[in-house]
Amino acid sequence: MPEPTTTSFTFDGDPIEFVRGQTVGAALIASGRLSWRTTRHAAAPRGVFCGIGVCFDCLVTVDGHPNQRACLVLARDNATIATQEGEGHDLG
Amino acid sequence: MTSAERRPSMPDGPEAEVLVVGGGPAGLAAAATMIEAGLRVTVIDSGLALGGQFWRHPPDGHDLDDTAHLHHDLATYREFIATIGAGVARGAATVLLGHHVWSLTRGSDGITLFVVDRSGPVGTESERILRAARLVLATGAHDRPLPFPGWDLPGVYTAGGLQALLKGGGVRAGTRVVVGGTGPFLLPVATGLADAGASVVVCEANDPRRWLGHLPAAARLPGKAGEGVGYAARLLRHRVPVRFGSAVVEARGAGRVEEVVIARLDRAGRPLPGRAETMVADAVGISWGFQPQLDLAQTVGCALTSGPDGSPVVAVDEWQRSSVGSVSVAGELCGVGGAALAVDEGRLAGEGVVRELSPDPQASVVDPIRLRRRIGRQRGFARAMAQAHPVPDGWVDWLREDTSVCRCEEISVLAVRSAIAEGASDARQVKQLTRAGMGWCQGRMCTQAVACLAGESTVPAVERLAAAPVPLGVLGRSGTGGEGQR
Repeated sequence: MPEPTTTSFTFDGDPIEFVRGQTVGAALIASGRLSWRTTRHAAAPRGVFCGIGVCFDCLVTVDGHPNQRACLVLARDNATIATQEGEGHDLG
Repeated sequence: MTSAERRPSMPDGPEAEVLVVGGGPAGLAAAATMIEAGLRVTVIDSGLALGGQFWRHPPDGHDLDDTAHLHHDLATYREFIATIGAGVARGAATVLLGHHVWSLTRGSDGITLFVVDRSGPVGTESERILRAARLVLATGAHDRPLPFPGWDLPGVYTAGGLQALLKGGGVRAGTRVVVGGTGPFLLPVATGLADAGASVVVCEANDPRRWLGHLPAAARLPGKAGEGVGYAARLLRHRVPVRFGSAVVEARGAGRVEEVVIARLDRAGRPLPGRAETMVADAVGISWGFQPQLDLAQTVGCALTSGPDGSPVVAVDEWQRSSVGSVSVAGELCGVGGAALAVDEGRLAGEGVVRELSPDPQASVVDPIRLRRRIGRQRGFARAMAQAHPVPDGWVDWLREDTSVCRCEEISVLAVRSAIAEGASDARQVKQLTRAGMGWCQGRMCTQAVACLAGESTVPAVERLAAAPVPLGVLGRSGTGGEGQR
């Protein structure tokens, strides 16, 4: 059995531990966070919906790049993940 | 952004005789069949591991717990992976994971795929162009959800989303979960979550008596009966109640789902007055059937026909060839029918390509006559299941004027109904008037609902310019900037 490595990224500055192999979305949900985006019109919170990359509800900013699908992006050590507001273009 | 001059003209991928798009049951079966017969094959999948949604696995090198107990017929999966792995080892096969095919063309020299390589960290995406004489499309399907008040609250997922989190990420998305909608897929999702320790309730909108008439079709498929009995036993063991003739008609909570309203439905599927029950829940999974991902097949010009539920699917011949001779198609694209059918169609598609491309008659590895017989029986069962699990007409009664229909563009029921009142008679016209279906997901999540509200009896095949988003900086590898992806 390989020794499980402690791995983490930050989400809006908070450290989030994850298990290697999880996506950003899975790691955030495992940490109890269900939303990381607000919609353009109603500013409503959104997180994972379809879980397989087709609905685009789980968009998040990864290392300064907005509009990333959290359900597809593999969680990486020391990544900087941030809430995305609206289009996300004024961030990062 | 799709203009030809921005596309590099030379292919940069490995040389293959056949490209297979999709690494789920159908694509794996096709690839393994062709590799075994000696063809050079490249398998392309957007996921991080082979298996598709049915055999979804975490990527290589993961530290997650084993998920074998969540899977069905892993022996077949392992056999395919071993065959493809051996092909890779001897240089006859290539597997490209994290690769998203966004468009394709056909010409006298075969098929050209336009692909975004997302296998590296965010910000390092690049374009790849792959070319081969033959193509097998096995792009699978995604859940068809239906809206209800609160379905856009965090904590409401598609049933497939709950399953993907569990199989791929080792995450049980809730402790008190309600799985609702219609169809046999609700059962493995419920048992998987119950096995993981969640308290689960299943709301199946249709009446079990609808299934009884189809038992003869199921009885001819011993595997299906065994699968069903297995789920039933696990539901009993975990005390998962299945409430037939009921639906999740509302989710409530402050910023996340905290409770759901479950309604008894009348025979038309309308919520019965005074028969609603409020239940504490921290996750909801919904599924009202599956939508084949037809984008690439439509772009390359494959003719469509009516599938098991009447909605469009790709038409194929006795070798799974589409109307475009160099493109074979297998799995849910030919009509949603589950993994066992997809595997048989994949094998038949692979065998058809082998017989075209291989000069060696000994190369064939499967018996097409036996396969076709089995495929015919399974298609019969798929039709029976589609008839037993329709979307009930009365579902529109649980909508409110302010319920979002299009999650991306935040278009309400009121806006959609107003467009229909103004004369829009199908999903396409509603989209033009309201923008419903014009957002990020390009109608993948709302087309069933919009079509239904507009009076269409089936779910139309939406034409899309790109099957996947393309980062602007990636096209033609122009370098900097390009955060936008549309």
